[in-house]
Amino acid sequence: MSEIADKVKKIVVEHLGVDESKVTPDASFIDDLGADSLDTVELVMAFEEAFSVEIPEDAAEKITTVKDAIDYIEKQKAA
Amino acid sequence: MFRLDGKVALVTGASGGIGREIARALHAQGAVVVLSGTRQAVLEDVVASIGAEGGVDRLHVCPADLSDAAAADALVASAEEKAGAPLAILVNNAGLTRDTLAIRMKDEDWSRVLDVDLAAPFRLCRAALKGMLRRRAGRIVNIASVVGVTGNAGQANYAAAKAGMIGMGKSLAQEAGSRGVTVNTVAPGFVQTAMTDVLPEAQKEKLVGSIPLGRMGQATDIAPAVVYLASDEAGWVTGATIHVNGGMAMV
Repeated sequence: MSEIADKVKKIVVEHLGVDESKVTPDASFIDDLGADSLDTVELVMAFEEAFSVEIPEDAAEKITTVKDAIDYIEKQKAA
Repeated sequence: MFRLDGKVALVTGASGGIGREIARALHAQGAVVVLSGTRQAVLEDVVASIGAEGGVDRLHVCPADLSDAAAADALVASAEEKAGAPLAILVNNAGLTRDTLAIRMKDEDWSRVLDVDLAAPFRLCRAALKGMLRRRAGRIVNIASVVGVTGNAGQANYAAAKAGMIGMGKSLAQEAGSRGVTVNTVAPGFVQTAMTDVLPEAQKEKLVGSIPLGRMGQATDIAPAVVYLASDEAGWVTGATIHVNGGMAMV
């Protein structure tokens, strides 16, 4: 697993207080990990801070799973 | 009841009549109070005066010019640094007026009042909420005005800002509710302060005539409403506006 994926996973575990084993790539923040809309906004803000990237509102709306977040950040970092 | 022991509270406009009384009341309930305002010397006088009754520990001064967006953005962090603990209570009390009839109102009169009385409170709420939501605890009390609900000739700018504050508070209350953070408003009526001292005597007499309780308010009439909303006991009150106006407007 990439360094970014590791860090994303860690932030999700920390923020949502879920068991690490549940944070699979396909896990949906809202449907599988019990997040509400405010949690998803806070998660996006935590990603922005941790990775020094900016995630605009329209992109943030599409980040619904762990994999979405990892892919988006990896793409930003590669650019 | 209504104890605030050890909780960090930031009060803006703490050099003004209502603000200093709010600071005094929160301090008397045990809070660690950070007083903000534009005039450092006046703030220090207020601290000395509150300290003479209750001791100067738990009192901090953090001057800021809220017409400066960057200063408003930075105030919550610097208050927390001064107090050495996260913010539990934010009281947006700072405000100014530039009264004149609309047809004579300059753009600058409009934007300055909207900047200081509405944009700055939003900036402070935004900064405070980030931490409060994470900590699952917090109290925001915004000080609006009766004219935000009734309107007042000569105060289109001030009334718009204060009405805006009430709408903003209700929205933030809905956003923050799931985290146990409450956002409420206190709307004072005509209170005897430097802001109302400048009104002509005839106008003041007329105003008092429209107040069922027959007198202008004092800052000490307002502060207890803030203490209540800041307390744990007010944990099921959010998005509310408490009108403290002697009955002048029963809304």
